[in-house]
Amino acid sequence: MDNRTGQSAVASIPALLHRNATEFGNKIAYREKEYGIWQCWTWAEAEKEIEALALGLIDLGVNAGDFVAVIGRNRPYFYWSMVAAQSVGAVPVPLYQDAAAPEMEYVMEHCGARFAIVQDQEQVDKLIEVQERLHQLEHIIYVDPRGLRKYDHHKLHAFDHIQQQGRAAREEFIADLKERREKLSYDSICVMLYTSGTTGKPKGVVLSNRNIIEASKSSSEFDHLTRDEEVLAYLPMAWVGDFIFSIGQAYWCGFCVNCPESAETMQPNLREIGPTYYFAPPRVFETQLTNVMIRMEDASRFKKWLFDIFMVHARKVGPAILDGKPVGVWDRFKYELGKLFVYGPLKDTLGLGRVRVGYTAGEAIGPEIFDFYRSLGINLKQLYGQTEASVFITLQPDGEVRSDTVGVPAPGVEIRISDSGEVFYRSPGTFEYYYKNPESTADTKYAEGWVATGDAGFFDKDNGHLRIIDRAKDVGKMADGRLFAPKYVENKLKFYPNILEAVVFGNGRDACTAFVNIDLTAVGNWAERNNIGYASYQELAGHPRVLDTIQAHVEEVNRSLASDPMLAHCQVHRFLVLHKELDADDGEMTRTRKVRRRIVEGKYEDLLTALYDGSKEIFTKTEVTYEDGRKGYISATLQIRNAAVVPVKAAKVAAE
Amino acid sequence: MKDMTPEGYTTEDGRKIGGVVMEMKNISLRFGGVVAIKDISFDIRQGEIRAIIGPNGAGKSSMLNVISGFYHPQEGEIWYQGKLRPPMKPFEVAQQGIARTFQNIALFEGMTVLDNVMTGRIRQMKAGLFAQAIWKGKAEREEVENRAVVEKVIDFLETQHIRKTPVSRLPYGLKKRVELARALAAEPSILLLDEPMAGMNVEEKEDMSRFVLDVNDEFGTTIVLIEHDMGVVMDLSDRVVVMDYGRKIGDGTPDEVRNNQDVIDAYLGVAHD
Repeated sequence: MDNRTGQSAVASIPALLHRNATEFGNKIAYREKEYGIWQCWTWAEAEKEIEALALGLIDLGVNAGDFVAVIGRNRPYFYWSMVAAQSVGAVPVPLYQDAAAPEMEYVMEHCGARFAIVQDQEQVDKLIEVQERLHQLEHIIYVDPRGLRKYDHHKLHAFDHIQQQGRAAREEFIADLKERREKLSYDSICVMLYTSGTTGKPKGVVLSNRNIIEASKSSSEFDHLTRDEEVLAYLPMAWVGDFIFSIGQAYWCGFCVNCPESAETMQPNLREIGPTYYFAPPRVFETQLTNVMIRMEDASRFKKWLFDIFMVHARKVGPAILDGKPVGVWDRFKYELGKLFVYGPLKDTLGLGRVRVGYTAGEAIGPEIFDFYRSLGINLKQLYGQTEASVFITLQPDGEVRSDTVGVPAPGVEIRISDSGEVFYRSPGTFEYYYKNPESTADTKYAEGWVATGDAGFFDKDNGHLRIIDRAKDVGKMADGRLFAPKYVENKLKFYPNILEAVVFGNGRDACTAFVNIDLTAVGNWAERNNIGYASYQELAGHPRVLDTIQAHVEEVNRSLASDPMLAHCQVHRFLVLHKELDADDGEMTRTRKVRRRIVEGKYEDLLTALYDGSKEIFTKTEVTYEDGRKGYISATLQIRNAAVVPVKAAKVAAE
Repeated sequence: MKDMTPEGYTTEDGRKIGGVVMEMKNISLRFGGVVAIKDISFDIRQGEIRAIIGPNGAGKSSMLNVISGFYHPQEGEIWYQGKLRPPMKPFEVAQQGIARTFQNIALFEGMTVLDNVMTGRIRQMKAGLFAQAIWKGKAEREEVENRAVVEKVIDFLETQHIRKTPVSRLPYGLKKRVELARALAAEPSILLLDEPMAGMNVEEKEDMSRFVLDVNDEFGTTIVLIEHDMGVVMDLSDRVVVMDYGRKIGDGTPDEVRNNQDVIDAYLGVAHD
């Protein structure tokens, strides 16, 4: 099957669009569920929609080189907006739609966008709020007109109105549009994406057509993606992963991008579509696993028994069968039986029944979670990447999947490990530069195109796979000089459905301690079954029996850590359960839900002190930010628990 | 209310309010010896949000029940769209385009949200029982048309994620929203809301307020609402009727009502000497 023709002619995303619309125009390119029905657009229709919008943008005065902010959840309109912006020579800048006004202001100011294409009143309100300080923002285009009737429409336009004007002015501007499209080359800017910024202010990563198309091409070939794939687009559009999967690879291969009805319906929509190619950060897999476990707790005794029996068997032989390794006939038979009764229905419920290739990335995934999915026969693999690399740095080839490595260098990527242990890479996907930030560019991108990842890692001697230890900045040393790898311990804790998030401390100290966030779904369900009443997250988080449960989990992790000579000293000695969930609105996490360690450390300094001074409880008051940007305070008295640790003699061995 | 004319007026935020669509004239309602409503008159204008407030037992819900035909006043007249309305059964009132929600949620608990909202379209379903059972031709066409309207309402009230969930499994705040959805599915010209925000937390109240405003704005629906939360009432409504012990003690814009001495006395209490 050859669906990757016309290589030389396609040097930009709009060119790929034209190729797809010409070669297989009747194939479905976009689906979105609206009003309870999956609405479809073929490649030919999508090209028309995008052209109408592009003409409308020219009519509105968009010049080549302008920045166009795109703010909304995954909807075909916003994917079209990005390609339309590219068609007229402008640069699309997708932003996180759940960002609060001040965050948005920083990014809007930094890129100097003259135009913004946004979802609804909420986004329009945010932009209007910051508009006075953004002198360059001229026009806002919205998709959903609801609630906007009374707004001043001098600078505010409906999406379909812009398209209408574009269609009306076709004769006038089509030549201009063609000319602009033809000017696009491999070197022109494809998109600018802001990094989530685990440390400091977000940086605008400029990616060229070369970066995106080369990365999409080689990764598609690596996994043999075809135009028959189905993907569900539900991850933030501002994230590089979504750009690569839902635009880069989708346009390269010509597969269909499905958009869920709303953020809340993602799970049922996933089932309806049954994607063949699926991508999710570890958090999504963790949540799904938690839900499965909760529902099994509620299931009838027979079903629970069946589930337990077959899951034990799946864990034993499932991954081996998936990797094509030899497995005995009886075990195979039993696995087939399990497929019929447990794995098949379960995969179907999860919406993963048709997944041929699944990836997880963004953060390390707990090995237990990873193995759970693989044992069901889902080809879940890990990749390691970052925005600056147009995602791909390493990938796991089929049949060589392990939970503790991130795979081999992606096609076209070269990797070297510096003397300090930091991972460097060089590839066709390597970003051009950070926008308006030559210092950072120079700090990250070295001579001959090598880029520092900021992560510490090494190549496994046995199989040549890359192993990432932790963020180079996070890996530290305990007071006695032994290695401190917080992520590793946190992931072990997070495997328990009851624990949503954990932050482990210990850098420069003599013992490790932890903050824990409970998972409201899991613990709430448990509370319901045990007749424990609670009025709020805070109350449940402070309940003595909840603390007992968490303590049991921590102690179990400690026992498991004790058996690992490298990390036995990272056992958690004391912990507390936080009175609020760590939240991106409070700056404690990035919008991609990675914990900002330094900020958490600073904000809860009092709690951290209490973890180390031996106190039994502590009163604290915390500022919280609501979704609309207002602030408030919550206060609580938190209990601090000591967890049993397994004594280790490893220090002695290491010292000798 | 200086520039109010018979044809209507324009609100501060630029909404156009039309002429009078419904007028209550000297309504009195008694249950045996108990006087629930005593000689109340007020009007409702096209496209406005009209609130009825008052302390517990003031007769607010009775007033709403009079409008929706659940109660029949012993005295007084109701004029609707320029005509005197004869005593009517609730379903006849509904057929005239007046829909309502209830103070204590009155949904079909065992049915899904979708089915509950579909019941709001019953007025528009003309096919007979037999045709419905066979589900061909007219009945099928009707269902498709009505489902389309219902889906728009579900989208409008952001309830897609619970479309197929039985109502009994929903939390209170969402049930209230489903009730509103069912009322909206009837595409009413007047919407009566009996304490739409009772028992809700701040966030749910904010959501509901936004929905009420959006309904009024998008569909031009006239809304009559009873509400206890003064902040909500003052923010949402164009005009307010204040009741106390079955009597009307104030009527006007939120500002006028707020400064009305009788209203202050009724709410804060007054020394009887």
